[in-house]
Parts: sequence; structure tokens; C-alpha cells
Amino acid sequence: MTIPRIIGAGLVVIGAGIGIGKIGGSAMDAIARQPDATAKIQTAMLIAAALIEGIGFAALFAVSE
Amino acid sequence: MYLCTKFQASKIMTIINMLFSGKNYRLIIAILIASIPVFGFANPADSVKVHVSAPHSETHQATGNAHDSHEPKDEQSQIRAYIDHHVLDSHDFNLFSDSKTGKHYGFPLPIILWDNGLHVFSSSKFEHGDAVAESNGNYYKLGHDEKIYKTDAAGTLTGDAHHPTNAKPLDFSITKSVLTLMGVSLLMFLLFSSLAKSYVKNGGISAGFGRIFEPLVIYIRDEIAIPNIGEKHYKKYMSYLLTIFFFVWFLNIFGLTPLGINVTGNIAITFGLAIITFLITNLTAKKSYWGHIFWMPGVPLPMKIILAPIELLGVFIKPFSLMIRLYANIIAGHVVLMSLIALIFIFKSWFGGTLSFLLSFAISTIEILVALLQAYIFTMLSALYFGSAVEEHHHDEAHH
Repeated sequence: MTIPRIIGAGLVVIGAGIGIGKIGGSAMDAIARQPDATAKIQTAMLIAAALIEGIGFAALFAVSE
Repeated sequence: MYLCTKFQASKIMTIINMLFSGKNYRLIIAILIASIPVFGFANPADSVKVHVSAPHSETHQATGNAHDSHEPKDEQSQIRAYIDHHVLDSHDFNLFSDSKTGKHYGFPLPIILWDNGLHVFSSSKFEHGDAVAESNGNYYKLGHDEKIYKTDAAGTLTGDAHHPTNAKPLDFSITKSVLTLMGVSLLMFLLFSSLAKSYVKNGGISAGFGRIFEPLVIYIRDEIAIPNIGEKHYKKYMSYLLTIFFFVWFLNIFGLTPLGINVTGNIAITFGLAIITFLITNLTAKKSYWGHIFWMPGVPLPMKIILAPIELLGVFIKPFSLMIRLYANIIAGHVVLMSLIALIFIFKSWFGGTLSFLLSFAISTIEILVALLQAYIFTMLSALYFGSAVEEHHHDEAHH
């Protein structure tokens, strides 16, 4: 049972990493293009990252239980 | 927020410039490198070995209880048991223990049980799980999972050691988490009531220690509440948003102190917080909120039928994700930090000590940021949900 769990945890982390990475990268691009909108972009970025993180943690707990 | 971040960024840049221009930075690097062996050799390998491998069970067996056949033997499982134990709530306030002498330094907390009558006694009766506590003719014992079980006079726990099948009395004890909750509530009450009073006394200007929180209060009003809830309705939610922000933030910060408390990393606490957000959202919701859940306007009829159950599920998923996010973030931070500190006992050399010091220092710094960020996210998402509950839609043109 442990090895499928480890693989599952790895998959969860890869998925969440890709998701948050894309958000961060896009936010960087957006801030570079519109430095005046930094505050709004950061807020939106944090919310989106938190939502993905929540799902990632939920999946990690499902894997570790 | 932009002004705020700009200000902080410029401040940080000046500090960095101060540090990294000229000789200061070379001096700091030199001091760091010079101090590495000091951290490494502070615990010579021999003394560490003795300290760690001193069998915990010896002192326990001396007290005459035969429950320690499950006590972990090797270091790795000892460390794992210690971390597992740390993330749980506990019935006494244990600051640190000496595994060599089996002594625990800390203070006991009151135990309040309801078991066909009220039982109140001090947790020192349990002797950290070694002894059976007697109260009005009933016998109780502390299990390995920090739960109280009803036993016979000898204190036998039936079934698996980590999940005994004994009866459990209703536990209303003032545990470590409850004590911290009370302390933080009192601290917040004193801080913010004195801040509020100082506005009246000084004619609109804050005074006293609480004034350092004024920018945060204004930030929550101007950047979280008003944009998400709207000018019209934000006022009635402000008290809750401010409370939840400072409560979660203070508890997160207290969790990072060496007191070893883990309150927001306890799923019961975050469940309670999420339930309050859930209740406020749904009890203050306007007609259009329920309309968007059960009969989504502006979409064809088959879609309305498909969307209704999904949206209804969303009502419960939102607070659920709030609960899991805070809990998982904080508990993950604690486990990672303690694992890094445990590297000292795994490597048992100057290398492990240095590595552990540097890594745990870095992660601690990140954890301070996470403590604030999680409080911010919780407040922000709560405000977002409140905003969706009171939003007023104009469907004449918008959805077609």
C-alpha cells in the first residue's frame, strides 16, 4: 500500500506545482506589462493559488489516510 | 495595497543596500561562516547519542506500568512519535522533557469530564500517561492518542494500543489548545478595546501599543471588505472579518514560538472557524444568492437542472476548503520544521547540526510569512463568500 501512496503524493505535488507555477508565471507577465495594476494582480494571484493549494492538500490527505 | 507594497519594497531595498554595500556584507558572511562550527560542535556526537538513545521505556517501567511494549525503540521512530505527539492537543502544558531522567518540565491543566456526573481533577494525576487517575470511584487513563479512556483500577486498555476500545467520557477539559484560545482571546480583547478607546480619548488618533494594528485594520476594510462585499453592505461583516484575521494570525504566530502549541493546525478549530463563515454566508444571503444556486438565471432549462446540484454542492465545498487549507498549511509547516530540527539527531555530526540550523532558519522565516498569508487568505475568501451572498444582480441585460 505504501508505494502507490508515494506515487499518488508525487502526482498531487506535480499537479499542484504546475498549477501554482502557471499562476505565478502569468502574474509575473501581467505585472511586467502593467506595473500599475500590481496590487490587483497579486490579490487575484493569491486567491487562485490558495484555491489550487486547497485542492492539493485535500488530495494529499486522501492519499495519506 | 500598491502604496503599501511599494513602501515595504523600498524599505527592504534600503536594508538590503545597507547590508550588501561595502564591508558590512563581507563581515556578515564572515561571521556566518565562522559560526558554523560552533553550531555544529555545540553537541558533541557522544553526548547526543547518549541523550537520544536513553530508552524512554526504562523510566516508565520503573513506575510499574506495563504499557510500554509499544514504546518506539530506534531514533527514527522516536522522532516520528515525537512529531506525531506534538501536532496533537495535550492535557498538560509540557514545555520540555528530559528523556534521560524521564522528567517533564511544565504545568498541569484541569481535567473536566462528564461521566454520569462531573469529574474535575488536575492532569498531574495522569503522570503523563503513566498512572491511572481516580475520581469519585471511576478510573481514567490517558491513551497514546491523548484521549482519556475509562478503565478499571489497574488501567488496562483493551484493543490496539493506538485505538483502544474502552469507553470514552465526555471531555470538556481545559487542554493546551483551549488555554491558548483563551489567552489569545483575552490578548485580542485587551489590545483592541484599548485601541478603540484611545480613538475616543485622543479625538480620532490612535495611541498605545494597539496602534501598530491600525494599518492592518484599515487595510482589511479598504482592500478586502469594500472591494469584495461592496460599499453598501460591508459594515455588518467588518467585525467578523477583523476578528477572524487577527485571531488566525495570532494563533499562527503563537504556534511558531517554542511553546509548542498547535492550535490552527487542529482540524477541530479550523472546522469551527469555517462553520461560522458558512453560517454567516447562508444566514445573511439575499434572494439572488439562492436564485443563482437553485435556478441559475440566463441559461437554458436543461443546464439549470444540471447546475442546481453542482451549485448546491459548492455551498458546502467552500467552507470545507477553508477548513482544510488552514489546517493543512499549518500542520505541514510544523511537521516540516520539526523534521528539519530532527536532522541533528539523525546525522549526529557537525554537518547535520549546521544543515539543520540553516534549513530550519529558512523555513521558519517562510512560516512567519505563511502565518500572515493564511490569515489573509481566510479573511479574503470569507469576504468573497459574503460578497456573493449579498450581491444584487440586474438580470435584464447582463446574462443575454
